Amino acid sequence: MAEFTLPKNSKVKKGTAHPKPDGATNTRTFSVYRYDPDTESNPQLDSYEVDMDTCGPMVLDALLKIKDEMDATLTLRRSCREGICGSCAMNIDGRNTLACLKPIDECKKDVKVYPLPHLPVVKDLVPDVNHIYAQLTSIEPWMKADTAPPPNGERKQSPEERAKLDGLWECILCFCCTTSCPSYWWNGDRYLGPAVLLQAARWINDSRDEATGERLDQLEDPFRLYRCHTIMNCTNACPKGLNPAKAIADIKTKMVERLG
Amino acid sequence: MATQNRPLSPHLQVYRLPLTALLSITHRMTGVGLTFGTLLLAWWVTAAAYGQAEYAQVQAFLGSWIGLILLLGFSFALFFHLCNGIRHLFWDFGSYFELHETRRADIFVLIGAAALTAATWVMVL
Repeated sequence: MAEFTLPKNSKVKKGTAHPKPDGATNTRTFSVYRYDPDTESNPQLDSYEVDMDTCGPMVLDALLKIKDEMDATLTLRRSCREGICGSCAMNIDGRNTLACLKPIDECKKDVKVYPLPHLPVVKDLVPDVNHIYAQLTSIEPWMKADTAPPPNGERKQSPEERAKLDGLWECILCFCCTTSCPSYWWNGDRYLGPAVLLQAARWINDSRDEATGERLDQLEDPFRLYRCHTIMNCTNACPKGLNPAKAIADIKTKMVERLG
Repeated sequence: MATQNRPLSPHLQVYRLPLTALLSITHRMTGVGLTFGTLLLAWWVTAAAYGQAEYAQVQAFLGSWIGLILLLGFSFALFFHLCNGIRHLFWDFGSYFELHETRRADIFVLIGAAALTAATWVMVL
């Protein structure tokens, strides 16, 4: 059910202001969501005045600078710092994206940083995405085939068949799309959400996969697939420029086509 | 380790909804609005069937400023729902999903709904 307000324990309180370092002239304020599971207190919004003359261009650079030089307790996920791993997905300046790909210059003056929306928060900018992983497992994201592969080599695919996977295989599972979707916010317990449905489309469209019918059967459900109302937040959010909304529409089309 | 009381991260409170998303929620709201507008319409038609006095009563209400505002809202809801509904038809055929296309369609829907509403009222008044 749709609950438009935050539960009592989740309301964001005013936090600590960390002043600019001595001698800094060109600074920018970063307001960062903080939650410490070791205390009983609510999450809070801490502000940091970051010296931009000694900071890299991306929001991730600023967050790591804060962690290195101002407040070592700030907790976030990051790894590749170049949009390949999907670890640093968060809500920056009101939109979901990867901190490593988001230039600070593209944000409003006061840069607001929150964890991915509508998820349980483990600590600071680290949300719990276990439920989404479980949903991904439920669509069985691997190739399923009853016939044996040719004895002398791999299963072949024509360039045209392979091209059908473009725009699908590139997904890095950062879940910027899934957590931007209001439909997923209200029905995430049963609706699979854009990222998982894009993965479903990736296997449905694979010419080597032999379980297309079974996969469509599994998605033929008022919630799993059809809670998509084409709000388009997913496509607007995807930091890799993919189009989950279109992938979902393609699955819906296939549902109709197979009726004959 | 305490995992039971994890807070829920902010969603509507912090998300800057893109225009397409705002039109989507407007579509839902105008749909609800149309239900009530249709009740208004049914009241008007029923009153006409009842007789002159009842009809005059409804006419007086609809002609008052509050009635006119309701009718203006009803007509806009109708045309917005129509325009956005046509866009949903295109979506159902699997087209117009690219971002530059949805942005253009956002503008078309808004201008279309406003223009049709304005044209209707110019004709009526």
